[in-house]
Amino acid sequence: MPRPGLVLDVDRSTPPILFHHGESFRLEKLPPGRSRIVYPAEPLAPLKDVAGAIDDALDHPLDSDPLSARLFPGMKLVIAFDDVSLPLPKMRRPDIRQRVIEAVLDRAAAAGVDDVRIIAALALHRRMTEAELRHAVGDRVYDAFAPEGRLYNHDAEDPDDLAFLGTTPHGEEVEINKRAAESDLLVYVNINIVSMDGGHKSTATGLASYRSIRHHHNPATMEHSRSFMDRHSSELHHANWRMGEVIRKAGVQVFQIETTLNTDTFGDTGPLSVLQKREWEWTTRDRVTFMGMKAGLDRMSASARRRIFQGWEAPYGVTSVTAGAVEPVHERTLEHCFAQHLVPVEGQTDVLTMGLPYICPYNVHSIMNPILVMCLGLGYFFNLYRGKPLVREGGVLILSHPTPWEFHPVHHPSYIDFFEEVLADTTDPKVMADTYEERYANDEWYRHLYRTSYAYHGVHPFYMWYWGAHALRHLGSVIIVGGDVKAVRRLGFRPASTLQDALEMATDTVGPQPTVTHLHNPPIVMADVT
Amino acid sequence: MADRRTPATRVERALRSARDAGRRLPSPARAVRAVEFPLRAPSVPAGVEPPERKARLGAAYDTAWARSPAARLGRLALLEGVMRPVIRAVADPERRGYDRLVGLDGPAIFAANHLSHLDAGLLLTSLPEPWRHRAFAGAAADYFFDTRVKATMAALALNAIPIERTKVTRRSALLAADLIDDGWSMVIFPEGGRSPDGWGQPFRAGAAFLAVRCGVPVVPVHLEGTGRILPKGTSRLVPGTTRVTFGTPLRPSPDEDMRDLAARIEAAVTGLADEVAGDWYAARRRAHAGESPPLSGPDASAWRRAWALGDRRSHRRPARTPWPLRD
Repeated sequence: MPRPGLVLDVDRSTPPILFHHGESFRLEKLPPGRSRIVYPAEPLAPLKDVAGAIDDALDHPLDSDPLSARLFPGMKLVIAFDDVSLPLPKMRRPDIRQRVIEAVLDRAAAAGVDDVRIIAALALHRRMTEAELRHAVGDRVYDAFAPEGRLYNHDAEDPDDLAFLGTTPHGEEVEINKRAAESDLLVYVNINIVSMDGGHKSTATGLASYRSIRHHHNPATMEHSRSFMDRHSSELHHANWRMGEVIRKAGVQVFQIETTLNTDTFGDTGPLSVLQKREWEWTTRDRVTFMGMKAGLDRMSASARRRIFQGWEAPYGVTSVTAGAVEPVHERTLEHCFAQHLVPVEGQTDVLTMGLPYICPYNVHSIMNPILVMCLGLGYFFNLYRGKPLVREGGVLILSHPTPWEFHPVHHPSYIDFFEEVLADTTDPKVMADTYEERYANDEWYRHLYRTSYAYHGVHPFYMWYWGAHALRHLGSVIIVGGDVKAVRRLGFRPASTLQDALEMATDTVGPQPTVTHLHNPPIVMADVT
Repeated sequence: MADRRTPATRVERALRSARDAGRRLPSPARAVRAVEFPLRAPSVPAGVEPPERKARLGAAYDTAWARSPAARLGRLALLEGVMRPVIRAVADPERRGYDRLVGLDGPAIFAANHLSHLDAGLLLTSLPEPWRHRAFAGAAADYFFDTRVKATMAALALNAIPIERTKVTRRSALLAADLIDDGWSMVIFPEGGRSPDGWGQPFRAGAAFLAVRCGVPVVPVHLEGTGRILPKGTSRLVPGTTRVTFGTPLRPSPDEDMRDLAARIEAAVTGLADEVAGDWYAARRRAHAGESPPLSGPDASAWRRAWALGDRRSHRRPARTPWPLRD
């Protein structure tokens, strides 16, 4: 029986606590008597018969006829799937998307469906490479569909493959992939690694264009998504749900298949298994492994460390597969997500600390640049709450990450200009949206790189910054421990050499003897704050 | 008229002398033949009925020793140290479908089509852990166990057990079932023998019987390419490439008849063959429509069957690429 999450009050007997620090780690002492640590639950027991669960979901869907009954000869079938940003880190083969897509295709084959398209729903993310597509859908599906151009990446800038479906009552334009919109059935295969994913967001964002996405990826929406991990309190999700209604009214038939994974990120054997244990349970072997790993990593070049970590494949277990109509499926999926991630926490804190790991959704096989550090810390991790933020309004967020002034020139070309031009001018999301966003979004060179190379869309760094808009407004100060000083200052944050220095600096904002909470993440944990 | 015979050269004379000297040396074969009783077995006098000897070869060969710790260690060394490099050099296998085995737990029966003597080695070296070093093979009793040397080699290298092909006996089946119950996985070729012409033969029900009897899944496996390297009827290896494709495990349902399961196994291997020849989705379309090209090939005369095989039967060394000529 896996143990639930835990809030540990730190006292003098508490050992130093593991902080992720990019492609390395730090062990830090938290002040006793006024600190607490939020630990994730242990991985839930996975499904023993995943193939059986997939079959059951497809044959007994929620609020829908069985998938087989919705397939017929001569129909146009589109299967869309989540892109390389999920799950993190990537899962060991076979990826759950492959297993679901093969089961869907097997039924399509039985029904005699010829016209099938398989589309990576990547919105404004970079295109997936052949290796990444093969990893996600498997070699059999790739070899059967990709050579004839029937498996491809969504292109949010292709004027010939976008269909305008209408406008929501709030004036939000809905424009999605034309082939998906005109199909007789759109099967969406998702992975809900956190509660933010899935639901109408899958189609309304994953297969949408810039024209459509800009209506909810903006500072106002993000500031009012509290948090975007809690869909009922998230303006981001409200907008997507309104768009989902427009898609439904336009006659697009969506068969949603959502899956959830447990938090078995580093496994229970192997060198990284220590990262999944609570520090006081580390054995001698764990400690020796950790020290050896850290000593080795500290002596490696950044690119070698990146290669090692980006190569890691998590042994996740599948905890649920649900199919049918979008909304009931997503509600069921959220139950599974919350069962794994939520940990009850009482009250807010003055100072929130986090160790940021080596990966976020936008640097798979890439570099975690300073903008992504901000997005991961102030966007994703800060928003891992339900109810109230873990840190009080005007509180301090302390992040631990090397924050290198380094960018992947192929994946993140517009990030470089954003960092040099926009952030040098302003860190206010609203100002940068009004002054710069349009120019970056419509830049022909960025558009060309997005469509033909492996670059994120020109507007993407703005979205990353907006992702942290709620935290920027909520927090009194942000401090980054162990980061590149110039890069941290460019972000508008304060650099610190050690956690003790950062805690000392935090007293300028929150007063002496502040309460401290450490979010022990990853594996993923979400605070249910009351 | 001139003498057309030319005098022998010095080299020819030397060769002739060496040959003559060789003939005068004692011959080992002659020496063996010259050995008499009691150094060799006695001949049986005419009209005497010798007492019946207990059979120790063929289906009666006892392979229990091949599963002792020492033999398993030896097989591990043979499999990893000899067989695997040889297979890699000769057959250059491309292995697919391991992802279909995720979630498979405990012993299983790996049932493959059979084209060549290489198949057992190729399949055993292709099995992933934890099955590879806890597997045994079913081998023809009349072929692999007819002499003590062959029987010992088959038992040691392949952990083979003898399977009767010519008559129905319970001994082989019970031995295989006991081993499966004991946690061993089985490699079996349900066709019962190598393909005589490159096309498949009807599957027998042995694998299905064991699966139903022991309640274990059958993993269909398709082997492609070994028929080009060492087909039946030849002893010359022509190195080439092969493909090993593992299919989705088939689990016998509680009330499933073994003939139905045997048909499912054959259909699964047929589907895998179609998948290897083309693309997976088209193969699934044909499988569901019952239109997968049969493993047994077209029902036609021999030459048309051979013709339909194309280069799948070609047992020739590929022509060397000529040195590019200058324009």
